[in-house]
Amino acid sequence: MVKVILPELGEGIAKATVSYWFSKAGERVKEKEDLVELTTDKATFNLPSPCSGVLSEIIHAEGDSVEVGQELAVINEE
Amino acid sequence: MELKIIDLGLVDYLEAWNMQKDTLAKVISNELDSALILCRHYPVITLGRGAAQESLRFNNEWIRAQGVKLYNIERGGDATYHGPGQLTVYPVLNLGYLKKDIHWFLRELESLVISSLADLNLRVSRVDGFTGAWIGNQKIASIGIAIKHWVTYHGLSINIKRNDLVNFDLIKPCGMDIKVTSIEEELGRKVEIAEVKLSLLERFNELLRRMSW
Repeated sequence: MVKVILPELGEGIAKATVSYWFSKAGERVKEKEDLVELTTDKATFNLPSPCSGVLSEIIHAEGDSVEVGQELAVINEE
Repeated sequence: MELKIIDLGLVDYLEAWNMQKDTLAKVISNELDSALILCRHYPVITLGRGAAQESLRFNNEWIRAQGVKLYNIERGGDATYHGPGQLTVYPVLNLGYLKKDIHWFLRELESLVISSLADLNLRVSRVDGFTGAWIGNQKIASIGIAIKHWVTYHGLSINIKRNDLVNFDLIKPCGMDIKVTSIEEELGRKVEIAEVKLSLLERFNELLRRMSW
């Protein structure tokens, strides 16, 4: 199980909003491919999948505000 | 770091969008160091990820009937208008080589615009919490970016010609009830797009020289 964590996006950025999930829970995801898009201020940031496997759980849905370091999703690694 | 300049001239939004995606892929794969896409658009309204339908003052059909195209795109921010009287710049830069900091990059873009317009003797400022460049409470440049693998795309546009502001009435720029202005409007004289282009290019080169290692 690999946890997907919201990484540091810059100085003074404590949180971001989930704006788009490229995959649904239960779908296969591939390492380095777009997994989730986050928005802060006037920027969107694409977070790639850290590994290949099955996206087993989406913890924060589109529209949720998430803090840096918090879990976004869980992937069952292959 | 080498900065490739891609000047598209007056183009349809889709053509520049495709060029952005193509260039983005090249910078991500290190085929290119970095690039700056410069263009002017035929009238188009783009809706960023933060856009609500209320940001459009009229329905889609009516807007299209005015000869203005509409696209939903992947940048941050709300609704904005692009037209031939603006200079639109899409910096495709690898922040991995500069600084991996989204807000730093947004503030740098604001500074670039502010100093480029200062070259034309215009006093422009930033407003805390409202990304972009402002003269008083009127917006003269808009900024909205997207980042993939720490490479930036989308970017900024500066209102230059005074006769191109009327289409802003179709939207609430950035979802707010704000006024827009242009360089010509503020200076009270004719300004060539090329003047602004030159000064902006110089500022981008300066930024890369300052940050490169």
